[in-house]
Amino acid sequence: MDKATPDKATIVVFSGDMDKVMAAFNIAVGAASSGMEVTMLFTFWGLNILRKDKMGSQSKGILQRLFTLLNKGGTEKLPMSRFNMFGMGPWMMKKLMKRYSMPSVRELYSAAKQLGVKVIACTITMGVMGLAKEDLVDDIDEFAGVITYIKDARESKINLFV
Amino acid sequence: MNINKTVDAVGMLCPMPILKTVQAVKEMKVGEVLEIAATDEGIKKDIKNWCDMMGHELIDIQDKDNKIIVHLKKLK
Repeated sequence: MDKATPDKATIVVFSGDMDKVMAAFNIAVGAASSGMEVTMLFTFWGLNILRKDKMGSQSKGILQRLFTLLNKGGTEKLPMSRFNMFGMGPWMMKKLMKRYSMPSVRELYSAAKQLGVKVIACTITMGVMGLAKEDLVDDIDEFAGVITYIKDARESKINLFV
Repeated sequence: MNINKTVDAVGMLCPMPILKTVQAVKEMKVGEVLEIAATDEGIKKDIKNWCDMMGHELIDIQDKDNKIIVHLKKLK
């Protein structure tokens, strides 16, 4: 399949659950490995994957401060969609993943970046969650909203919402 | 068969063997042969479909000493 412009794949990462996010990255890495141009848009709980390990600096008022305190960020702090058991589940899962040499979310993220996957952070949910650009990792490609996603998605052969 | 490059993906799970393959193929010249050693059963189907999509030639897939050995030729 020789094409001047590669096929596109677009993935919305809404979830911040470790297991679901791993599936999203797995697909992104697979698509990019197969020569596709991949865009991942992180929104709502998905923004936790892009967060550095601290409170949102833009949190204003007690409600937003409490929210960012409860909603921990960073790839190492993600819960699981099932069997979370106050963090026991992810802890066990990570042990098992290591035993079977499965890549962690952080490793999958850097693999995706290496393959040229475009990472977009949704500015709308960043606002709600009190997150500034400084609170997120440094290698985000774009800060944008739904229209940018639609522009990519309408040209995509694969379009997923995780 | 002349093997120009090898990838050790033993013990690795999807998508890491393919990721390693992509990196290796990128460094190879057209016409060169890559040998991949893996243990994940999924690679048998995945590598065939990947070669189809990317336009490389899958030479063979063998089971050898509990490993899966794949040979492919970079065609472009």
